[in-house]
Amino acid sequence: MKKGTRLTVGLASLLLVVLYVTPIWQITLEAPQYPEGIGMHIRIDNVTGQKPNDLKNINGLNHYIGMKEIVPESIPELRIMPWVIGGLIVIGRTAAMTGWRWVGYAGIGLFVCTLLVGLVDFYMWGYDYGHNLNPKAAIRIPGMAYQPPLIGSKKLLNFTAHSWPAVGGWAAAVSLVVGTLAMFFDRKSSRGAK
Amino acid sequence: MSVKTKKNLLWGLGIVALVVASLAGCLSSETQTGSSDVASQVYVAPGSYDEFYAFMSGGFSGNLTVHGLPSGRLIKTVPVFSQFPENGYGYSDETKGMFMTSFGFVPWDDSHHPELSQTNGVPDGRWIFINGNNTPRVARIDLGLFETEEILEIPNSAGNHGSPFITPDSKYLVASTRFSIPIPQRDMAISEYKGNFKGTLSFIKADVPGEMDVAFQLVVPGFNYDLAHAGKGPSYGWMFFTSYNSEEAHTLLEVNASQNDKDFIAAVNWQRAEECVASGAGKDMKTSYYHNYMGENRIAVSTVKESVKVLVTSDCPDMIYFLPTPKSPHGVDVDPSGEYIVAGGKLATVIPVHSFSKMMDAIANESFEGEVDGIPVLKYDAVIAGEVANPGLGPLHTEFDGNGFAYTTAFISSEIVKWELGTWQVVDRIPTYYSVGHLMIPGGDSQKPWGKYLVALNKITKDRYLPTGPELAHSAQLIDISGDKMRLLLDFPMMGEPHYAQGIIADLLIDKQVKFFPLEENTHPYGVKSEAQTRVEREGRDVHVYMSTIRTHFSPDNIEGIRVGDQVFFHVTNLEQDWDVPHGFAVQGANTSELLVMPGETRTIRWEPKREGVYPFYCTDFCSALHQEMSGYVRVSPVGSTTPLAFGTGE
Repeated sequence: MKKGTRLTVGLASLLLVVLYVTPIWQITLEAPQYPEGIGMHIRIDNVTGQKPNDLKNINGLNHYIGMKEIVPESIPELRIMPWVIGGLIVIGRTAAMTGWRWVGYAGIGLFVCTLLVGLVDFYMWGYDYGHNLNPKAAIRIPGMAYQPPLIGSKKLLNFTAHSWPAVGGWAAAVSLVVGTLAMFFDRKSSRGAK
Repeated sequence: MSVKTKKNLLWGLGIVALVVASLAGCLSSETQTGSSDVASQVYVAPGSYDEFYAFMSGGFSGNLTVHGLPSGRLIKTVPVFSQFPENGYGYSDETKGMFMTSFGFVPWDDSHHPELSQTNGVPDGRWIFINGNNTPRVARIDLGLFETEEILEIPNSAGNHGSPFITPDSKYLVASTRFSIPIPQRDMAISEYKGNFKGTLSFIKADVPGEMDVAFQLVVPGFNYDLAHAGKGPSYGWMFFTSYNSEEAHTLLEVNASQNDKDFIAAVNWQRAEECVASGAGKDMKTSYYHNYMGENRIAVSTVKESVKVLVTSDCPDMIYFLPTPKSPHGVDVDPSGEYIVAGGKLATVIPVHSFSKMMDAIANESFEGEVDGIPVLKYDAVIAGEVANPGLGPLHTEFDGNGFAYTTAFISSEIVKWELGTWQVVDRIPTYYSVGHLMIPGGDSQKPWGKYLVALNKITKDRYLPTGPELAHSAQLIDISGDKMRLLLDFPMMGEPHYAQGIIADLLIDKQVKFFPLEENTHPYGVKSEAQTRVEREGRDVHVYMSTIRTHFSPDNIEGIRVGDQVFFHVTNLEQDWDVPHGFAVQGANTSELLVMPGETRTIRWEPKREGVYPFYCTDFCSALHQEMSGYVRVSPVGSTTPLAFGTGE
């Protein structure tokens, strides 16, 4: 790899450090009774309220429709994710330091896999929460499910749920795109040189 | 004149009176509200905030009510000196202590004068204080909570009317005695009043929550001390108190206390009094008075104080001067510059305005016309700055707009008179409906009034609202004072009897509002942190129910094993951690009240079941879609029953 590519790949992988401090995804709920908003942040290692107590209050609301309580400690992915992201950073740094192209390709491949698996996993959790409801719930509407949208907005009873990447999610996207482009142009130019 | 002619004449007069009255009616409906854009000036669109908070004393309700201006909307009632079954204040174990006095539990008072805390002479929005008139007390209300946090009883006092006026730095607020009494109290003939009964002027440390206390009291002649206001700017360090009944009458005061042409404003150099106290003057008088404070977990802690520092005039000869002031003065108000001291002589034909700088000169030159009980009486001509002529009948109270104008209420002629400081000329007047007492301009007694609105607080309403039997609402009237001419904008009814009021720009309070109490900080000895900790414990005949609430159930909601003759303590912790989600608790046959429990707090109500049976309890504050389901049962068994103690939810 060229010097410039190594520098870019190194910086792109370093960008992933942002994921340790900011949420990767946010689900915001809107309803007339919540003019101040209520929502949650999905981090690589935790699910938290957008404001203190938001998660507690969302769980409180969800119990009416029989949704399981969201308990971050019971979601194993949240314990694995910090290591996976750490691995991606190490691979990226290794590619940058050694200049070995195949390490870079492997990193991109792993990153894309992580992204796909992560989205599928997120969808499945959402599906489970939205469909696997307590049959004795106070509010039961035949045919109604409460799965939040994977991405975008959706009306769920009195709430409109908005699901979008947060700062960490955008940082990951930028990291992947920049790293991939750098590798792509490095390869192109090296081919041209041949 | 025949009888018939007389009758005809009377009829004629009657018709003339009717015509005049209806003309007046037409006139007033046009002139009272001015032009048609008045409505838009008081219209606060749905969802929008008012510009000012207004705090109205509740008078005989013992409460403080909070309104928005300019809409006049009632936003909140803050219970202070009266039990309030609406939320359990004064009934719950945590709040009962707030009413402790040296006379025992006193669950009512007459609250007259709210006073905002100040910094640099301007309301700062930390606290508002209010007096209890009947059993002398002062209270501090926290303006992040809108709850009464502290009540101090005033010893050696009766009729705590001239209170709680505050210094520009909130160092002291004062309490003066409307009724002079034997000090210390003793059994003696009322007819020996003159020379033997005394008044007191108390200076109370106000600026540290939990540490309100009487710093010192001045014993003064046995007049009736009425109202007060602090000096500011150049007159900082002085406090001015009106007095009437310098005759020292003890019966039929309406006549016997109205004989002297002039009574007095007592000008007190409180910084001088501080120096005297610091140098060891005065004595520590044994007495007994209560201090009640919402301490940890906002549980009232009552402390008895055994002694108070008392100064008589000979202890500190140059701390008080009397300013002669015409005819039983009521209000005393200091203009924003601190130079002018305006008195409302309720039977006077002029408004006398004293000059602080002239007063200081008169003291330096010893321009005295005599003395009373060792207190020098300054010469009227040596201290007077000017007299406002033709101020209306029965001038009572004055506030200021910060633009060089003063506004004085005239009770008897039922109007507000606007006049100019310095020229003493009346420039405008507007009728009030009817019999105005106090008035309030937001910040109008401070160094920087927000001189946009004026609120007249009227004693009589007669025909202003839909009639409601013998007792009618008192009223407030909002008047626009932003232009040269005052304009009446709005009438709105008051709860109880408003005396004084205070106003503050809303921005100073909005962001500091407490939304709920963090559960992790709740260390109430009978509180719970989660449903898992809820339980019922018996200690002899006392049964403690550690209960929780969360949308939408109680835990426990079924309780058995209670017996007739037990005393059941329902300790209810609201586990919610969101704004505006209180839960209520009420149980059938309780001889107390309900509880309204804010998120994160614990409140306790006692219940003594009288008869066996099964009694429901329920949430009283519509908390959620399933609020009606938020209920439970207590089973009460006969005395000596062996029904085991059992409790649970959802089993």
